[in-house]
Formats: sequence, structure tokens, C-alpha cells
Amino acid sequence: MTQTLVSGSSIQPAQAPRLRMFTALLRAELLKLLRNRAFLIPSLLLPIMFFALFALPNLGGRLSGVAAGPYMLVSYAAYSLVSTALFAFGVATATERASGWMRQLRITPASPAAYFGARVGASLLLGLGSVLLLLVFARVAGGVSLSVGQTVSVLLRLLIGMVPFALLGLAIGLGLGPAGAAPTANLINLPLMFASGIFYPLDVAPKFIQTLAPYLPAYHYGQLGWTAIGATPAGSEGTHWLVLAGYSALFALLCLWAYRRDETRRG
Amino acid sequence: MTASTARPDRRPPPPSGPADSALSVRGLSKRYGAHWALGNEQGGLDLDLPRGGLTALLGPNGAGKSTLIGLLLGLETPTQGRVQVLGADPRQPQARTRLGALPQDLSLPSALTVRELLSLYAALYPQPLPVETVLGLCDLTALARQRASTLSGGQARRLGFGLSIIGDPELLFLDEPTTAMDVQSRQIFWAGVSAMQAQGKTIVLTTHYLEEAERVADRVVVLRQGEVIADGTPETIKAGVRGATVSFRSQLSLGDLQAQSEVLEASLSHSPETAWALATVRTREPERLLAALFASGAELRELQVSRASLEEAFLTLTAGDFGAATPLHPSSAQPGSVTA
Repeated sequence: MTQTLVSGSSIQPAQAPRLRMFTALLRAELLKLLRNRAFLIPSLLLPIMFFALFALPNLGGRLSGVAAGPYMLVSYAAYSLVSTALFAFGVATATERASGWMRQLRITPASPAAYFGARVGASLLLGLGSVLLLLVFARVAGGVSLSVGQTVSVLLRLLIGMVPFALLGLAIGLGLGPAGAAPTANLINLPLMFASGIFYPLDVAPKFIQTLAPYLPAYHYGQLGWTAIGATPAGSEGTHWLVLAGYSALFALLCLWAYRRDETRRG
Repeated sequence: MTASTARPDRRPPPPSGPADSALSVRGLSKRYGAHWALGNEQGGLDLDLPRGGLTALLGPNGAGKSTLIGLLLGLETPTQGRVQVLGADPRQPQARTRLGALPQDLSLPSALTVRELLSLYAALYPQPLPVETVLGLCDLTALARQRASTLSGGQARRLGFGLSIIGDPELLFLDEPTTAMDVQSRQIFWAGVSAMQAQGKTIVLTTHYLEEAERVADRVVVLRQGEVIADGTPETIKAGVRGATVSFRSQLSLGDLQAQSEVLEASLSHSPETAWALATVRTREPERLLAALFASGAELRELQVSRASLEEAFLTLTAGDFGAATPLHPSSAQPGSVTA
């Protein structure tokens, strides 16, 4: 590289290294999540509380061919990850859009993709942390544990399967204001958890919910988790991934539409 | 590239040609729904800024300044025309590596500290300035570990300035930078801007404080209703208005003064110890006004004539057509100016 006296454009590399950009954005997103105690503490504690209330008293039973303890451990891990995707992602994005931070980052060389990638990464890490806490609690309080192989398999499936929920959360966040995003995400999350067999097993659910469940993304998400610990399969694994991929594509389009609308939004 | 040289231009082209221009805008217009925020169907804005120098972009509210800044930063898409910033479309992330901006409505994540925010921005640019250097330049070293949410208005603006320069940009946009700054912050800020000017950076500034623009700008562009209505150095803008403020003590009444055809605005201030009231008169023709006053036999004391400030020039320009549309305010003889 030749050294010239003027700080001309020609001697500058075109862009900052992508990895450096992404790491910095990811670090900032993680710090924001970890320092937001009012959000962090409930989202870490709720899955543990549900496990304590619903799983611990029923450890002797069996569900879909496996012991109830591990089955419900997977259920509440799934609940935790879906909530993380919707709230750490959707609601936080809506708040940030309203604050103008997103618009301000658009003045920098950071691409929107890097920024959203960092947000995805940060919520994945938060979700992973909350599941690990739940695993520790289940083992200590109920003696419920998964083998290392099962844990890795469940985590891999559930973390990858978060994608459609993260995209749904993002679409809600982009489409609605900070005031509307949180109640809307709740309005979607809680019924979804009930109707997909995650809060309680579908075997004891009303008939119309059993009919509805296979059309919901969280049902297939749960199936991927339960079958990883040996539960009786309902439908093929390929179908579960395909449905989640389809929902991902749908929610991605929704995001794109909401983002474009945001771009052309005045002010 | 050749399109800009082929076009007739009111100003002489920059010496090094359009390839060297920091900013080039051709036929730029922006419409929101039915409302043209900048330009119109017939045409749009043309503007060229050579590299180096500080340009002040002035205009009343609704003149299209914010729209123009948004287009220059690549935040908005032009309805017609094109924007080139340092030879590239600002909507491409790569073009923004050499661009810095302090937005008018600065937004800082409350969870992050001053140093964390500067480090984040530094990581986004290929050759950033050291964080410590920027902390020093903005006088924020002592506050480096504080959360952004705990900063005062002026401190936050200074941090915003730090974020805008940490990428070592060639072109710097400062949108209403000194709003919410106290005197101390202002001094630190202008020292920082001087440092940027000394390095040959191109700076575009919008401000409501015209004395600031007059002091620092090499060039002033005045917008009104989405069109450039004046473009030149502060001196040429002021000379174009040919305005002046004349003040004197006399025994004339406000009515006598306003009867003079050259008077744009007049006010009187009485003091109890003397019958000679202090008159302050804004006029575009101070010589003719004084000739007319002397011809009428009026006696004037403590006569002072001062050339129009940029602020007065701006007010005259943006008020509309000279003379006709410039309102003569009897109300500008404020009741408060009668000193008891």
C-alpha cells in the first residue's frame, strides 16, 4: 500500500471486515439484552416456574412413550425459545425502531442484514442461556436429566427451529409500534403454546385443537424436540422441517413488507 | 459524470472537475403522497459541493432541509433525480464508509456506555479513529463509563458528534448540531469542527443559529419551499440583500419613520430622561433613507449604520419577494422596548 499525504479514498479498504462489524453489533445487542433486567429476569424464570408447577408434580407419568419429566423439560425449553424469539426479538425491535436507533445505524456502513443478524444471534444466545438454566434446575430439583447426546440433539433442533418464530417476532415488531407489539406477541404466543401441545399434552386436548395443531408451526417445533428424546413420532421429521421452513418463508416475506413500509415511512 | 459538466451552472465549476466533488445533486425531488417536499414535477434541486470547506444549509421550517439531508444520507429514495456522495450512491453501504452524520434527532441505546457506543461505531468503519482520541476531542473521557441514558442534552450531542467522526469520514453532515448544547458544549463542539476543517474534511451544516453559520461557513445555501434561492459565501449573500440596520436618536415618531418608503421595519425605544427616542430601522437603502430624513429636516444623534447580518439577510430572503411581501410590522415596536 502506498502512503500518500492526502487521506484519499483510494488508499482506504472498501469496508470494515465483516466479522469485526458483526461481532461489534452482536456484542452491543447482547449487552442491551443482559442489562434490561425487567425483561431478562422474567424470561429466564418463567420456564423454570412452569416446569416446577406442572412437571415436578407429574414426574411419574409417561407421555408419548417417554417419561413425563424429560418430555416436559423439552416442552418448556421449546416454550422458552419461542418466547425469546417473539419478545427479545419482536418487541425489542419495535422499541428500537421507534427510538430511531435503526434509522441511525442505517447511516453507518453496517448493512441491515448485519444488524438483524446480530439481533438474531443475541436472541439465540439468550435462548440458549435460558434453556441451560432450565436443564440445571430440572436436574437439581427433580433429578430429571437428558443424556449428552439427547441434549445436543434437542438443542440443535430447537435452536434451528427458532427461525420462523424469530421472523414472526420481527414482523410483529416492524409492523406494529412498541405499544402494540408486546400484547400482540402475547396474544399469539399463549394460545399457540396451548394449541400445539407445549403447555399440556395434546392427548388430553379437545378434539378441535387436535385437528388444528398440525397446521401450527409450534406443533411441529415441539415434535422435533420430543422425537429427539425418543417420543412416538407423529408424522415424519421431514414434514416438521418443511412446515417450519414454509412458515419461515411466509414470515420473512411479512418482514420484508414491513421493512419496506418502514423505509418509505416519512420522518 | 459528464452530465454535470454539460449542464449550465450558475456557479463556475469547481477547479478539479466533478469527479472531485464531495457531493453532487441533479434534478433532485422528493414527493410524499401529493406533497412535494423538495422540487416538483417540473424539476428538482441541483447542487454541487467541492471537497473541503464548510457549507451551511439554511432554510425556514418546511423548506426541505431535512428531506434533502435524508436523501444525501441515503435514508430516502429520490422521487426524481440523483444523488452522488463522494462519487457513489449513498444508499449503498460501501458509500457510507466515508460519510459521517450527526442526526437532528439523535438516538442512543440507553443500556450502552459512552465508550461502548464509540467502540461499536469504530468497528463499523474500515479505518476508524482511536476511541480515546474521539473521547478527548469531545471532552467525554471522564464520562466514558457512563450509560448513554445518564448524559445531559449537551453531552449526548457531543457523543453524537463523536459517533459521526469516529469513522474518519471525508464528508460530515451536522444536522442542527448545537441544539440543546450549553455554552461549554458549544465551545468544545466548535473546536472539534475546526479540527475537522483543518484536516480538509467537507462539512455540511444545518443550523437555526445564523451567527454560527456566519462565523464558520465558507458557503451558504438557502432553501425555500424545496428550492435553492441563494447560494454563495456569507458575504455575497449579505451583499445580495444590501440590507442594513440604522439606529439613531431623534424626536421622530414611529409613524414618521414608517412613512419613509425605504423602511422595512422600525422600532422606537423611549427613555424617561430624554425626549430623544432611540430608533432602530431595518432598510435595504440606508443612504436613501438618511438622505430623505435629512431632507425632511430631522435632527439625528448617535447615528450608527451596520451592514445586514446573515440572519437579517436570511429573513429578507425567506420572507419572499423583496419589498412587496416583506411585511412592515408596526408591532415590532415592542411595548417592552419602552424602558421605564
